[in-house]
Formats: sequence, C-alpha cells, structure tokens
Amino acid sequence: MSAVSATSRDLARQDAKRPGVANSNAARLFWLLVGVAVLLAVLLASIAIGSKDIPIGTVIDALFAYDDSDDHAIVQALRLPRTALGVTVGMALGMAGALIQALTRNPLADPGILGVNAGAAFFVVLAVGLFGITSVGGYVWFAFLGAIVTTLVVYGIGSAGRGGATPVRLTLAGVATAAVLTGISSAISLLDPETFDRMRHWRAGSLVTPGFEALFAVLPFVAVGLAIALLMARPLNAVALGDDLASALGADILRTRIGVVVATTLLAGAATAAAGPIGFVGLMVPHVSRWIVGPDQRWIFAYTAVLAPTLLLASDIVGRVVMRPGELQVGIVTAFVGAPVLILLARRRKVSGL
Amino acid sequence: MMDSKMNRHDPELGAAAPRLRAEGATIGYDQRVISTRLSVAIPDRSFTVIVGANACGKSTLLRALSRLIKPSEGRVVLDGQAISSLPAKEVARRLGLLPQTSIAPDGITVADLIARGRYPHQKLLRQWSREDEAAVIAAMEATKVTELSHRLVDELSGGQRQRVWVAMVLAQETPLLLLDEPTTFLDITHQIELLELMRDLNRRNGQTIVAVLHDLNHACRYASHIIAMRDGAIVAEGAPRDIVTAELVEAVFGLPCIIIDDPVAHTPLVIPKGFGAQAAAP
Amino acid sequence: MSAIDFGRPVRAVRLFGDAVSHRLDVRTVAVCLALAALALVVALVTLASGDFQVALADVAGALLGQAEGRIRMVVLEWRLPRTALAVLLGAALGLAGAIFQSLTRNPLGSPDIIGFDAGAYTGALVIITLVGGGYFAVAGGALLGGLLTAALVYVLAYRRGVQGFRLIIVGIGVSAMLTSLNTWMLLRAKLEVAMAAAIWGAGSLNGMTLERLGYAGLILAVLVPLALAMSRPMAQLELGDDAARAMGVNAERSRLALLVVGVALTATVTATAGPIGFVALAAPQLARRLTGSAGVAMLPAAAMGALLLVSADYLAQRAFAPTQLPVGIVTVSLGGVYFAWLLLHEARRQ
Repeated sequence: MSAVSATSRDLARQDAKRPGVANSNAARLFWLLVGVAVLLAVLLASIAIGSKDIPIGTVIDALFAYDDSDDHAIVQALRLPRTALGVTVGMALGMAGALIQALTRNPLADPGILGVNAGAAFFVVLAVGLFGITSVGGYVWFAFLGAIVTTLVVYGIGSAGRGGATPVRLTLAGVATAAVLTGISSAISLLDPETFDRMRHWRAGSLVTPGFEALFAVLPFVAVGLAIALLMARPLNAVALGDDLASALGADILRTRIGVVVATTLLAGAATAAAGPIGFVGLMVPHVSRWIVGPDQRWIFAYTAVLAPTLLLASDIVGRVVMRPGELQVGIVTAFVGAPVLILLARRRKVSGL
Repeated sequence: MMDSKMNRHDPELGAAAPRLRAEGATIGYDQRVISTRLSVAIPDRSFTVIVGANACGKSTLLRALSRLIKPSEGRVVLDGQAISSLPAKEVARRLGLLPQTSIAPDGITVADLIARGRYPHQKLLRQWSREDEAAVIAAMEATKVTELSHRLVDELSGGQRQRVWVAMVLAQETPLLLLDEPTTFLDITHQIELLELMRDLNRRNGQTIVAVLHDLNHACRYASHIIAMRDGAIVAEGAPRDIVTAELVEAVFGLPCIIIDDPVAHTPLVIPKGFGAQAAAP
Repeated sequence: MSAIDFGRPVRAVRLFGDAVSHRLDVRTVAVCLALAALALVVALVTLASGDFQVALADVAGALLGQAEGRIRMVVLEWRLPRTALAVLLGAALGLAGAIFQSLTRNPLGSPDIIGFDAGAYTGALVIITLVGGGYFAVAGGALLGGLLTAALVYVLAYRRGVQGFRLIIVGIGVSAMLTSLNTWMLLRAKLEVAMAAAIWGAGSLNGMTLERLGYAGLILAVLVPLALAMSRPMAQLELGDDAARAMGVNAERSRLALLVVGVALTATVTATAGPIGFVALAAPQLARRLTGSAGVAMLPAAAMGALLLVSADYLAQRAFAPTQLPVGIVTVSLGGVYFAWLLLHEARRQ
C-alpha cells in the first residue's frame, strides 16, 4: 500500500457525499449553527411577545432593571418561566422521540408509544377523580409517577420471553398498555363532570405555569435523561443495522435498550408531567432531522435538540398571538405548525424509512 | 462497429418474428432518462442475457420490457401489440418477471408462496384448479425445492429462498421469462444450478428467457444471445462467440482482458488483465 | 386432498370440474367457524340477560318470530338492534383493519392512519358543539368529516402513486391537526355538551334502533362482499409492487379500490356508532396469531372483530350495571388487555 494511494483514499472519504439534504460535515455544522441562531431568536421573541402587547424597552427593563410594575411582573413571572419551560420540554420531547424511533426502528413511534402519555394521564385522572387533587403542582408528581410506572409495565411485557424487548414487541406492548389506560381514564372522567372538566384542560397541554416551580421540579430528570441520551447515540447507530450486526459491532444490545427506555421515560415523563401531553413534537422533529442529516444518530440528536424547542416555542408564541386577548394552548398549536411542514417534506423528498 | 443483426448467427432461433421487442423507447425514472430511443428485439426461444456495468440501464430495459416502466417515447411490443394496451393479466400469462426485490409475507410457507404465482390463471371462483396444482408441483420439481415445500420462507437460506422465488415465476407458466439479477445472492453452486435450470427451460420447454446478469462469463457460457449495454445504449448484441471480444469487454466494462476458449463449454472465457503494475503482459 | 405439502392441512374443494375451485386451509376455516360460533353465543346471552331476564329458549323463539308481547318487544325491538349491530360493525371493523394493515404492511396500520377517525370526530364535534343536531345530523357530519379527511390525506400523499410510507406520514400529520382542533372544540364547548360529545367520541351503541340497524346492514351488505372479492389482489400486493404487477395486478388501482372500501367500512361504523377504537387494530393481529397464516386474512379478522365487539358490548352493558359504559371504552381497554396477555403468552411458549 503506497503512501500515494492512502492519501487519495482519505481525500475520497472527505469528499464523499453523505446521505441527507446537508451532505457534508461542513454543511451540517453550518445549518446546525443556523438552527441555534433561530432558536435564540425564537427564545427572545418568546420573552418579548405575548397576549398583552408590551413594548421591547419595557421587556428589557423587566429583565435588567426590575420594578414591581404589572408589565414587569408579566415578563418575569409568566413569560420567563414559560420560555424556560418551553425550551426544556421541547428538548426533552424531541430527544425522547429521537431515542424511541431509533430503538424501535419504527418511524411511527413517538414517545407515547412506551405508554408515557397514557400513563401520565391515567395517574392524573386518579389524582383528580379519586383523590380530589386540584393544584397543578399536585398533578406533576402523579403524572411523572404514572409515566414511570407505565413504562416499567410496558418494558416488562415487551421483554418477557426469549429475545427480550425487540422493537416490535415493545411497540405492541406499548400500544396495548396505552389502550387499557386510556380506556379506564375515559371511563373515570366520563363518570364525573368535574374530573372531565379538569382533564379536558390538562389534555390540551400548556406551557403556562406560575413561576419556576414546575420547571425546577423536572429539570434534574431532564438533565439526567439528556445525559443518558447522549451516551446512547453511538450504540443506536449500530442498533439501526439490526440486532445481529449491532452485536458484531460491539454494541451491548441489552444495555442500549435499557438506557434508551430509561432516558425516554425520564424525558417524556418529565415533559408530560410539567406541561401535559404535547404530541407531535417527538414524532415529527426526529423525522425532519433525519431528512436533513441522514441516519447518523449523533447528528440527528444534535439537530433534534435544537429544532424541537424551536418548534415548541414558536407554537407557543403563535398560540399567544392568534387569539388575543385569550390564548391557544401550545398542545393545540404544535400540530398546526408542525404538520404542514411534515407533509411538505413528505411530498418533496423520496421518503425514506428509518 | 459491432454487428447488431441478431437472427443471423444463432442456429437455435426459429424463423418466428421476435415476440418481445422495444421500438424507439425512451425510458428512465422520475425525470432521469436512462435510455433514449432504444430499439431491441428479443430473439424468440433464445436465452438472452443483458450485460453491462452497473447503472448502464440493463435493469431499466428489463423493467420496460416487462411493463413495469412505461416509455415516455416509443413503445414496447408483445406479440405485435403495444404491451401497455394489453390487459395486465393477459400480459402476465405470457410474460413472467422475477424482480430484483420481492417481499415474502410474514409466516408464508414455500408451497403457499409458489402457489401465488398462479394468480394470472385464476379467477374469482376458480382459485385452485388441477392445472394450478400441477403447475406448482412441476415448478417445485424443476427448482428442486419439493422437500422444502412445507417450510417457512423466512427460515430458508438465501440460495434456497431465491430458488423458491424462481419457482413462483415458473408456476406462472409463461412462454417468456424475465429475470432481474437472479444470481446475485447465491453461492457458486446455486448460481450454476440456476443458470443450468434456465438453460434447460429454454432448451426443453422452448421458453424465451431474458436475464440480467452481472457475471460476463456466466453470460458467455449459458446465453444463446447477449445484449451488451453501456450508458443506456446497446453496444453490441449477438451470440457470445460472435461478439465477445477483448475490445467489446473494454468498451462495455472498461476492463482490459484477454479472451480464451472455455475448455469445458467451448464458449468465450474472459480473463481480466487487471489495472495496476501487477497486470501481466499480454 | 392435495398432493403438495403446504405444511398444514389443506383441502381442495372442486365443483363443476374446476369451474368453482378453492383451496381451503383447514385451520383457518376452523378458527373462523369457532369465532363466529362464539360471537353467536355471546350475542344470544346478551339478548337473554339484563333487567328483564329472558330464557335462552324464548330468545331463540323470538328470533324465529314466534314470540309475542313483552318478550317480543324486549328481544326484538330493544335488544336485537344493538346486539346485531355489535356483530355487524365488529366484522366491518375487523375487515377494515385487515385491509389497512395489509396495505401499509405494518401491524399498526389502521383506518386512523388515514386520518379518518380524527376527521369523523371533527365533523361530529362541529355538529354537536357548533351547529346542533340529532342522530342523523351527527352521523352525517361524522361521515362527511371522515371522508373529506381521507380524501385529503390521499390527495396529499399522491405523487405518481401512493407509496405506503408517505401515506402514513401524511395521515399522521393530518390526524394530529384535526385532533388538536377537536381538543380545542371540546374545550370551548359548555361542559354538558362537551361530555355528550366525548361520549359519542368514545363510540357507543346506546339507543340503537331497528331503523339504524337497517341502514347499516344495507350498506354493509354491499361493502363486505366487495371487500372479500378483493382479498386475492390484496394478498398479491403483499409480495411487493413489482411482483404483484408482474402477475397482472394493477397495483395503483387495486390499492385505491381497497382503500376506498376500507374507508367506507370505517365510515359506516363511525356514522352509526361513533369511532369505536381498537377493534380494527387488534382483530387482524389476534386472528393471525390464532390461524398461524401468512399475511393478513380478511375473513378471520372479520370473525374476530365481531366477537370482540359483541363481547365488549355485553360488558359495556352489564359490567357496571345499571350504568351503561360507551362500548368504545370497553373495546379499548379489553383490546389492550388481550394484546398484552397474548404477548406474554407467546413469550412463555417460546
């Protein structure tokens, strides 16, 4: 092997066209930075825009020269927490979606497939319907507990028997468990008008939160979930090739599965506990990421971590503006913002699976 | 330039006009044109092999001949009629195709899959006639998968599975048989078995076989007629011993080689010379 | 007797020479008959039980037109429409599920995929919360909403043919938007109206009459044979588009026809009783596990669907008597439990 041929091979590799719309590392990094810039812009917009028109100057004063005026209170007590929650929940939901799609190799998967949403809803219904808990702070822990317990049950059912928790079995177990819990939740909430009323509000999913209480409650879990997720990126690249090839490449299938399930539960559970069930972000953003950067999970994670909170915050801003002086809950808006983008992309590119 | 009249040199061909041909067909995918105004006739009762480098248009041509792709200009003609004007089931009774990729439904047995090949002959009420049964049995025997008939297709090896797919197309009992890279995933034993099966079907049953193969030596040994393509156009066609020369191989594949006589089959045997400093002098 | 070893007992049935011939898979036939028989038993038990107990013999008599007075009224006018509809709608759902799962080659494929359920709910919610109307208005709204949505999804997914994956993605997108819209409409409405709408949305067989049974029965009498006639092209499509077309199937047209029939079946159920969940999803898979056959088969799915729904309806009526639950809640819960049990059972058998 001469030195000449080795160099030409290296050059060939650098120039090699990679899958995805952004098909070189340079392009991907560039667009990622663009994404970060957009996220920052949306973040600032979220602080500056709301259902009440507050001039920019006042907003800046509220951040740096706080006095107890009404407008300043709105900025500090409502918009700041809401923005922070939006970033956190968005990132958590997006990453949970990316994880679960990579693990189950099913592009129809969203974090709810492990039963997180159904479990959280079920425990909230119990909290409201049976225990009469009415404060949002009270729900949070029930929702989180529900998410965790349900995921354990789903994983338990899916991993019983030889072969363990294969993607298909996990998916089916998740669908089955979610169905049962949804049925019982519906039954309980239809039997009592007040429970029904609270549940229909909770189901809309909202970032409105008094202060930073909910955020600080779930932040540690999101942080741990994100950390585990980052560790899973490379093993998941191997898992995407199929279990046999993954083992041959040295990926520990069992450890990866457990890691992903734990991370997804923490992330999706925390997000749902803090903001109610917000669908679509976890399903759609990893798809879009994959269409931009191809199947490398590390890039997918990076892009998802930036795009998901952008989508969520943008939806929240739309929700504040579109129905002044009232507001439209973010859970309702995300689909209207995200779905057209998803459909457009599905039409434009040759749609690939996972 | 290569002689492109195909009937002249091949004694195995009858005087019958070719049943399957393309006339001035421009074919491609999605906006990409692969071949422009291509005309070719498949000699009746021949074992025709289409060869060429990757992406030269051989699979595209086969798919156009089998009606999977519609030419944007020109037409494909089967038995004197434009193939797109014939009812699909009628075409399927005359022309069978083994595509490159097919999906075996979860949990299907070998016999069940082969029986699916009888679809063009079946009607709503007539779903399992004695002819259907006989055709399936014959197809299984020809491809030597009779002992596997109760097994699940998912559990078979690559070679066995490919034979089952060939059996399914055979069960269709068509006078014309098109195969798109049928030997790709087989080991050498099964490749030779399959090629000999195809040659037998051609010689004994008189079926016209058109196959895309990527092994030129296999084509030389088994084909009665070769169509060599490059960049979507036909560079040469004719009997292997008439057209396969070192110049042709270099023109079509870009591979320097020498041609010797295959000591077993007495057909052209391509010996690559290689590219680098190790290339031996002629 | 077949000379070919299919790996399982198979009988060739031939009449008039070969003009009418069919290859019967013994196990599949046995499963279908068993499921149908079970469904019939549950139906009879449902007709017999309730606040006013009727002996099974009397139920049979009433069905044969030999009863009079009170028994006749209770069995034929009050209970029969509901139970007969449970059987018919369950079969329709099973069929629709089989069609969608075969077309999308995904065990999670169901009519929801094409956005139908979400659209139907939207149509019904518009009528219930905004316009106001009775049973037929709601049914009409649901039908319109569902069909428009399915058409929209098809059109959006069509790009020189409808590739399965694109259909799923567009279906999910449109469903998500409509679900959001529905959540919003439920929020804006007054509490009682919202609860009534939610009950409809859960799928309910309450208040069924002979008239409603008649309409549904007529429509299904047309749709079900149509679906069954297309079961062979559907099986061929499972081999992949290329192979199917090579055997004479017009892939695009067959797919469209199957989609239309699948949507029509779902539409009939939704218009009659609201969106009843899970039966279309679970029935084909459960049936498949019982018959052990390849791919997704229509008849076993239909039989299983009938059994699932009629059993669910019995529970919906009796389990929490005197409260009557919407049957959709039971199907969803029951279906989930079946699924989970089946997964565990399969695992233990391995």
